Amino acid sequence: MTANRIPIMQVGASLLVSIQIELDDQTALQLQDDLTQRVSESGARGILLDVSSVWMIDSFIGRTISDTAAMARLLGAETVVVGVKPEVAITLVELGVPLRGVRTALNMDCAMELLESITSGS
Amino acid sequence: MLVAESETIPIQVESDIVLVRRHCREWTMRIGFGLVEQTKLITAASELARNALLHGGGGECLMERIEANGRNGLRLTFIDRGAGITDIDQALTDGWSTGSGMGFGLGGAKRLVNEFHIESQPQQGTRVIIAQWK
Repeated sequence: MTANRIPIMQVGASLLVSIQIELDDQTALQLQDDLTQRVSESGARGILLDVSSVWMIDSFIGRTISDTAAMARLLGAETVVVGVKPEVAITLVELGVPLRGVRTALNMDCAMELLESITSGS
Repeated sequence: MLVAESETIPIQVESDIVLVRRHCREWTMRIGFGLVEQTKLITAASELARNALLHGGGGECLMERIEANGRNGLRLTFIDRGAGITDIDQALTDGWSTGSGMGFGLGGAKRLVNEFHIESQPQQGTRVIIAQWK
Protein backbone atom coordinates (compact mmCIF):
# COMPACT_ATOMS: atom_id res chain seq x y z
CA MET A 1 0.00 0.00 0.00
CA THR A 2 1.42 3.39 -0.95
CA ALA A 3 1.26 6.16 1.59
CA ASN A 4 -0.28 9.52 0.87
CA ARG A 5 1.94 12.54 1.51
CA ILE A 6 0.60 15.29 3.72
CA PRO A 7 2.05 18.71 2.83
CA ILE A 8 4.34 20.43 5.34
CA MET A 9 4.62 24.22 5.20
CA GLN A 10 7.33 26.28 6.82
CA VAL A 11 6.51 29.67 8.32
CA GLY A 12 9.46 31.27 10.08
CA ALA A 13 10.84 28.78 12.58
CA SER A 14 7.70 26.63 12.54
CA LEU A 15 6.38 23.80 10.44
CA LEU A 16 2.65 23.75 9.81
CA VAL A 17 0.74 20.59 8.98
CA SER A 18 -2.99 20.27 8.49
CA ILE A 19 -4.38 16.75 8.16
CA GLN A 20 -7.18 16.99 5.62
CA ILE A 21 -7.33 13.37 4.50
CA GLU A 22 -8.25 10.15 6.23
CA LEU A 23 -5.19 8.80 8.02
CA ASP A 24 -4.35 5.21 7.27
CA ASP A 25 -1.39 3.62 9.05
CA GLN A 26 1.09 4.13 6.21
CA THR A 27 0.15 7.76 5.72
CA ALA A 28 0.62 8.39 9.47
CA LEU A 29 4.06 6.76 9.38
CA GLN A 30 5.00 8.66 6.23
CA LEU A 31 4.09 11.94 7.95
CA GLN A 32 6.25 10.92 10.90
CA ASP A 33 9.21 10.33 8.57
CA ASP A 34 8.64 13.51 6.56
CA LEU A 35 8.24 15.72 9.63
CA THR A 36 11.29 14.34 11.39
CA GLN A 37 13.32 14.85 8.22
CA ARG A 38 12.06 18.41 7.74
CA VAL A 39 12.79 19.39 11.35
CA SER A 40 16.31 18.08 10.96
CA GLU A 41 16.91 19.86 7.64
CA SER A 42 15.25 23.17 8.51
CA GLY A 43 16.16 23.50 12.17
CA ALA A 44 12.53 24.38 12.91
CA ARG A 45 11.75 24.96 16.59
CA GLY A 46 8.05 24.28 16.51
CA ILE A 47 5.48 22.08 14.76
CA LEU A 48 1.81 22.91 14.53
CA LEU A 49 -0.30 19.85 13.79
CA ASP A 50 -3.91 20.67 12.91
CA VAL A 51 -6.25 17.71 13.48
CA SER A 52 -9.53 19.65 13.38
CA SER A 53 -10.67 17.65 10.35
CA VAL A 54 -9.74 14.27 11.84
CA TRP A 55 -12.86 12.45 13.02
CA MET A 56 -11.13 9.40 14.48
CA ILE A 57 -7.79 8.76 16.19
CA ASP A 58 -7.20 5.14 17.20
CA SER A 59 -4.29 3.77 19.26
CA PHE A 60 -1.98 3.43 16.26
CA ILE A 61 -2.50 6.98 15.00
CA GLY A 62 -2.42 8.33 18.57
CA ARG A 63 0.85 6.57 19.27
CA THR A 64 2.29 7.75 15.97
CA ILE A 65 1.47 11.38 16.89
CA SER A 66 3.06 10.94 20.36
CA ASP A 67 6.14 9.30 18.84
CA THR A 68 6.48 12.03 16.22
CA ALA A 69 6.37 14.71 18.95
CA ALA A 70 9.02 12.80 20.93
CA MET A 71 11.25 12.49 17.85
CA ALA A 72 10.84 16.19 17.03
CA ARG A 73 11.70 17.10 20.62
CA LEU A 74 14.96 15.17 20.33
CA LEU A 75 15.72 17.36 17.32
CA GLY A 76 14.89 20.53 19.23
CA ALA A 77 11.31 21.18 18.10
CA GLU A 78 8.14 21.24 20.19
CA THR A 79 4.86 19.96 18.75
CA VAL A 80 1.51 21.62 19.33
CA VAL A 81 -1.55 19.61 18.32
CA VAL A 82 -4.53 21.83 17.64
CA GLY A 83 -8.22 21.17 17.14
CA VAL A 84 -8.81 17.76 18.71
CA LYS A 85 -12.55 17.18 18.46
CA PRO A 86 -14.32 16.61 21.82
CA GLU A 87 -15.55 13.14 20.81
CA VAL A 88 -12.00 12.20 19.76
CA ALA A 89 -10.62 13.43 23.11
CA ILE A 90 -13.18 11.37 25.05
CA THR A 91 -12.45 8.28 22.98
CA LEU A 92 -8.65 8.62 23.24
CA VAL A 93 -8.73 8.86 27.04
CA GLU A 94 -11.07 5.87 27.40
CA LEU A 95 -8.94 3.94 24.96
CA GLY A 96 -5.92 4.62 27.18
CA VAL A 97 -3.97 6.73 24.66
CA PRO A 98 -4.05 10.28 26.06
CA LEU A 99 -1.29 11.67 23.77
CA ARG A 100 1.18 12.10 26.62
CA GLY A 101 4.04 14.48 25.99
CA VAL A 102 2.20 16.39 23.29
CA ARG A 103 1.23 20.02 23.81
CA THR A 104 -2.29 20.84 22.72
CA ALA A 105 -4.29 23.96 21.93
CA LEU A 106 -8.02 24.41 21.55
CA ASN A 107 -7.88 26.61 18.48
CA MET A 108 -5.50 28.18 16.00
CA ASP A 109 -5.14 31.46 17.96
CA CYS A 110 -4.05 29.63 21.11
CA ALA A 111 -1.79 27.36 19.08
CA MET A 112 -0.04 30.26 17.33
CA GLU A 113 0.48 32.00 20.66
CA LEU A 114 1.95 28.86 22.21
CA LEU A 115 4.12 28.26 19.16
CA GLU A 116 5.34 31.86 19.23
CA SER A 117 6.41 31.51 22.86
CA ILE A 118 8.21 28.25 22.03
CA THR A 119 10.07 29.43 18.92
CA SER A 120 11.03 32.83 20.30
CA GLY A 121 11.91 31.53 23.77
CA SER A 122 15.46 31.44 24.95
CA MET B 1 -33.20 -9.73 18.91
CA LEU B 2 -33.64 -9.10 15.21
CA VAL B 3 -30.96 -8.59 12.57
CA ALA B 4 -32.45 -5.98 10.25
CA GLU B 5 -29.57 -5.54 7.77
CA SER B 6 -26.08 -6.88 7.39
CA GLU B 7 -22.90 -6.52 5.37
CA THR B 8 -19.56 -8.34 5.34
CA ILE B 9 -16.28 -6.52 4.76
CA PRO B 10 -13.12 -8.53 4.11
CA ILE B 11 -10.00 -7.59 6.09
CA GLN B 12 -7.06 -8.69 3.94
CA VAL B 13 -4.86 -5.64 3.44
CA GLU B 14 -4.10 -2.53 5.45
CA SER B 15 -6.46 -0.32 3.45
CA ASP B 16 -9.32 -2.57 4.59
CA ILE B 17 -8.92 -1.09 8.09
CA VAL B 18 -9.92 2.27 6.60
CA LEU B 19 -12.75 0.57 4.72
CA VAL B 20 -14.11 -0.95 7.96
CA ARG B 21 -13.96 2.50 9.61
CA ARG B 22 -15.78 4.18 6.70
CA HIS B 23 -18.54 1.59 6.52
CA CYS B 24 -18.92 1.60 10.29
CA ARG B 25 -19.24 5.40 10.19
CA GLU B 26 -21.94 5.21 7.51
CA TRP B 27 -23.92 2.67 9.52
CA THR B 28 -23.68 4.63 12.78
CA MET B 29 -24.82 7.80 11.00
CA ARG B 30 -27.72 5.98 9.41
CA ILE B 31 -28.80 4.52 12.76
CA GLY B 32 -28.48 7.99 14.25
CA PHE B 33 -25.89 7.48 16.97
CA GLY B 34 -24.64 10.55 18.82
CA LEU B 35 -21.19 11.81 17.90
CA VAL B 36 -19.45 10.36 20.98
CA GLU B 37 -21.04 6.91 20.67
CA GLN B 38 -20.30 6.94 16.96
CA THR B 39 -16.64 7.84 17.44
CA LYS B 40 -16.16 5.24 20.17
CA LEU B 41 -17.62 2.46 18.05
CA ILE B 42 -15.62 3.41 14.93
CA THR B 43 -12.42 3.59 16.99
CA ALA B 44 -13.11 0.17 18.54
CA ALA B 45 -13.77 -1.19 15.03
CA SER B 46 -10.46 0.23 13.83
CA GLU B 47 -8.58 -1.47 16.69
CA LEU B 48 -10.26 -4.83 16.09
CA ALA B 49 -9.81 -4.68 12.30
CA ARG B 50 -6.08 -4.03 12.82
CA ASN B 51 -5.89 -6.93 15.30
CA ALA B 52 -7.58 -9.27 12.83
CA LEU B 53 -5.09 -8.26 10.15
CA LEU B 54 -1.84 -8.14 12.17
CA HIS B 55 -2.43 -10.96 14.65
CA GLY B 56 -5.04 -13.03 12.82
CA GLY B 57 -3.50 -12.85 9.36
CA GLY B 58 -6.69 -11.31 7.99
CA GLY B 59 -10.35 -12.18 8.21
CA GLU B 60 -13.59 -10.32 7.92
CA CYS B 61 -15.95 -7.98 9.67
CA LEU B 62 -19.68 -8.65 9.75
CA MET B 63 -21.75 -5.50 10.35
CA GLU B 64 -25.33 -5.93 11.48
CA ARG B 65 -28.04 -3.46 12.34
CA ILE B 66 -29.89 -5.06 15.21
CA GLU B 67 -33.16 -4.31 16.96
CA ALA B 68 -34.33 -5.36 20.40
CA ASN B 69 -36.91 -3.95 22.81
CA GLY B 70 -37.59 -1.04 20.51
CA ARG B 71 -33.93 -0.02 20.38
CA ASN B 72 -31.57 0.07 17.43
CA GLY B 73 -27.99 -1.05 17.63
CA LEU B 74 -24.98 -1.93 15.57
CA ARG B 75 -23.20 -5.23 16.09
CA LEU B 76 -19.78 -5.92 14.61
CA THR B 77 -18.25 -9.40 14.48
CA PHE B 78 -14.54 -9.68 13.68
CA ILE B 79 -13.46 -13.14 12.59
CA ASP B 80 -9.94 -14.29 11.82
CA ARG B 81 -8.42 -17.72 11.34
CA GLY B 82 -5.06 -16.93 12.84
CA ALA B 83 -3.10 -18.46 15.70
CA GLY B 84 -5.76 -17.61 18.26
CA ILE B 85 -5.23 -16.28 21.77
CA THR B 86 -4.18 -18.68 24.51
CA ASP B 87 -4.63 -16.27 27.43
CA ILE B 88 -7.56 -13.94 26.77
CA ASP B 89 -7.27 -12.18 30.15
CA GLN B 90 -3.67 -11.30 29.39
CA ALA B 91 -4.58 -10.12 25.88
CA LEU B 92 -7.15 -7.75 27.40
CA THR B 93 -4.50 -6.14 29.61
CA ASP B 94 -3.34 -2.70 28.48
CA GLY B 95 0.18 -2.63 27.17
CA TRP B 96 0.29 -6.31 26.35
CA SER B 97 1.06 -7.09 22.73
CA THR B 98 2.61 -9.94 20.78
CA GLY B 99 3.20 -8.13 17.53
CA SER B 100 3.64 -4.64 16.22
CA GLY B 101 0.47 -3.49 17.95
CA MET B 102 0.40 -0.94 20.71
CA GLY B 103 -1.23 -3.20 23.26
CA PHE B 104 -4.36 -1.09 23.64
CA GLY B 105 -6.40 -2.80 20.94
CA LEU B 106 -8.50 -5.37 22.76
CA GLY B 107 -8.77 -3.81 26.23
CA GLY B 108 -9.30 -0.37 24.74
CA ALA B 109 -11.97 -1.58 22.33
CA LYS B 110 -13.78 -3.29 25.21
CA ARG B 111 -13.98 -0.02 27.16
CA LEU B 112 -15.46 1.87 24.20
CA VAL B 113 -18.55 -0.24 23.56
CA ASN B 114 -21.69 -1.39 25.38
CA GLU B 115 -21.16 -5.10 24.70
CA PHE B 116 -17.97 -7.05 24.16
CA HIS B 117 -17.52 -10.76 23.67
CA ILE B 118 -14.45 -12.72 22.63
CA GLU B 119 -13.94 -16.36 21.72
CA SER B 120 -10.64 -17.84 20.68
CA GLN B 121 -9.24 -21.30 20.08
CA PRO B 122 -5.49 -21.80 19.67
CA GLN B 123 -4.66 -22.48 15.99
CA GLN B 124 -8.29 -21.88 14.97
CA GLY B 125 -8.66 -18.15 15.18
CA THR B 126 -10.46 -15.48 17.11
CA ARG B 127 -13.95 -14.03 17.02
CA VAL B 128 -14.67 -10.71 18.70
CA ILE B 129 -18.24 -9.40 18.87
CA ILE B 130 -19.00 -5.83 19.90
CA ALA B 131 -22.29 -3.95 20.00
CA GLN B 132 -23.39 -0.41 20.62
CA TRP B 133 -27.03 0.49 21.36
CA LYS B 134 -28.65 3.78 20.55
